[in-house]
Amino acid sequence: MNEAIHPPIDPNEGYVTEDGRRIGGVVMEMKHITLRFGGVEAIKDISFDIREGEIRAIIGPNGAGKSSMLNVISGFYNPQEGEVWYKGQIRKPMKPFQVARQGIARTFQNIALFEGMSVLDNVMTGRLNHMKASFLDQGFWWGKAQREEVENREKAEQIIDFLEIQAIRKTPVGRLPYGLKKRVELARALAAEPQILLLDEPMAGMNVEEKEDMSRFILDVNDEFGTTIVLIEHDMGVVMDLSDRVVVMDYGKKIGDGTPDEVRNNQEVIDAYLGVSHD
Amino acid sequence: MPDQLIWAMEVTLNGLMTGVMYALVALGFVLIFKASGIFNYAQGVMALFAAMTLVGIQEGRIPFAHLINEIFGTEIHHFGWHVPALLAILLTVVVMIGFAWAVQRFIFKHLVGQEPIILFMATIGLAYFLEGVSDLMWGSEIRTLDVGLPQGINGWIDNTTFDVFGYGFFIDNLDISASIVAAILVAGLILYSQYTKNGRAMRAVADDHQAALSVGISLNYVWVLVWSLAGIVALVAGIMWGSKSGVQFSLSLIALKALPVLMLGGFTSIPGAIVGGLIIGVGEALFEFAIGPMIGGATENWFAYVLALVFLVFRPQGLFGEKIIERV
Ligand SMILES: Nc1ncnc2c1ncn2[C@@H]1O[C@H](COP(=O)(O)OP(=O)(O)OP(=O)(O)O)[C@@H](O)[C@H]1O
Ligand SMILES: [Mg+2]
Repeated sequence: MNEAIHPPIDPNEGYVTEDGRRIGGVVMEMKHITLRFGGVEAIKDISFDIREGEIRAIIGPNGAGKSSMLNVISGFYNPQEGEVWYKGQIRKPMKPFQVARQGIARTFQNIALFEGMSVLDNVMTGRLNHMKASFLDQGFWWGKAQREEVENREKAEQIIDFLEIQAIRKTPVGRLPYGLKKRVELARALAAEPQILLLDEPMAGMNVEEKEDMSRFILDVNDEFGTTIVLIEHDMGVVMDLSDRVVVMDYGKKIGDGTPDEVRNNQEVIDAYLGVSHD
Repeated sequence: MPDQLIWAMEVTLNGLMTGVMYALVALGFVLIFKASGIFNYAQGVMALFAAMTLVGIQEGRIPFAHLINEIFGTEIHHFGWHVPALLAILLTVVVMIGFAWAVQRFIFKHLVGQEPIILFMATIGLAYFLEGVSDLMWGSEIRTLDVGLPQGINGWIDNTTFDVFGYGFFIDNLDISASIVAAILVAGLILYSQYTKNGRAMRAVADDHQAALSVGISLNYVWVLVWSLAGIVALVAGIMWGSKSGVQFSLSLIALKALPVLMLGGFTSIPGAIVGGLIIGVGEALFEFAIGPMIGGATENWFAYVLALVFLVFRPQGLFGEKIIERV
């Protein structure tokens, strides 16, 4: 899709994609990240950057370390070595909730929803960081607290409309089929109005139609809200269609980084995928 | 109406009032268990500690006076002032929040991800430690607690029931006020968890830790919050029980009555704790009334457990089981 366009060398310089989306400078940079679990090196000295407004894919065979990388970005794992730079500043080791408060939202490969809550409640919980009124405020300034509740509610409803899940807004999430759960999880992440959205295999286990819907939503989110998206996906067709740039991982190492076309023609990447099972 | 039936009604009413107390203690357990999976054995001792602290503050006692006197050879015991009940309650709440913070900071922060049995053991340790701290701070004598709640037989109920049945029910004013306070507390907790930012965070953490983290909730903060709320619930239970029978060690044993309530109501359900508490309260009172005299009395000591066990066999998930899990 974006074959002809190549991002500029200068990290601060933006560019316009072939389909007319405006991509900014580098917003996040991973520098020489190494992550170990005991003896296992899940990530080996990986560096790459993420530009504002782009869709950045991370691909690789099973166990390559993709989810681990997403967990490093979202603060669920802290790497033993390397630096994370966000908005031009080095990021100290952080707890996941602190990262979330910096405007980085995520979904999980294995879905982590509030199973006991309704869809609407799940999405509302995604707005927690936009709720300010403390308990005392709520006691003393009832009006203010109510106005805030109404605003957050409206925003949540907008996102529910956007993702076309109005019909199930009152349904407890635990009762939903897998495909819809994935969509609710995206809704909750979007409710935070994140600057960066991390999606770990948002289409895994979906049928073709559901995948098409999800692809459309991801493109729409990126296009309408200008949200930067980091996407892990196994389906090559989807990756090549959606993403502006791709990082390829294998056995914890980075073996490719560039536009979908560059990556597709990279011999090391082709080798890594030959004979390696992935779904 | 036959006398037996009228007495049974009176017994039922009194059982309900006792049940409210059980429900309160069980509620403290549920709050912490839902949010952190910790079964807090120390809940009963927290009620004792809270009540002791309240009396101590009210009477202007100097905390750790015994220790201070030992070390410095002094003879101080009182500040020489009395603190009004309401202010003393507020100060005790502050102490309980400080306690919650310390428990999280010094114990459970270091035990994140441990097996439930380890966490449970830690709360047993905490219970005995807190009992010791309570002794050291305020001494171990029995204290009378009076925060100005009405006491004695309720005249209105006595008269009304006398007019209707020709027999006046004996219902203690203290039990009535305890029930009202408990109802307000529970309503407040439910509103808090449903409609405030913190309440929403609490429910989120109770449901899924990972998901909660991903939307920007600090688990640590929520855990201090639920321990604080459990501390406040313990204070209320301590006030009610303490006003009735004095503040003494046996107060911490009401926690043992919360166990069958939890078996009945489920460990994660607030409505379960309340209904379970009432069922146990009424059940044991009626059993003692009807069967007790035939088998030598004192059935209150064990009946609750038998009831809960029978119940457990037929509904292991508790009264409300899965269905209400999502509601704090
Ligand atoms: N919490 C953990 N503890 C121990 N090892 C882990 C942990 N998380 C990941 N690993 C290991 O790190 C390596 C990379 O795993 P990761 O989940 O990041 O791969 P992935 O690329 O996301 O794979 P998949 O496509 O199957 O999701 C694997 O060897 C895995 O076993
Ligand atoms: Mg993965």
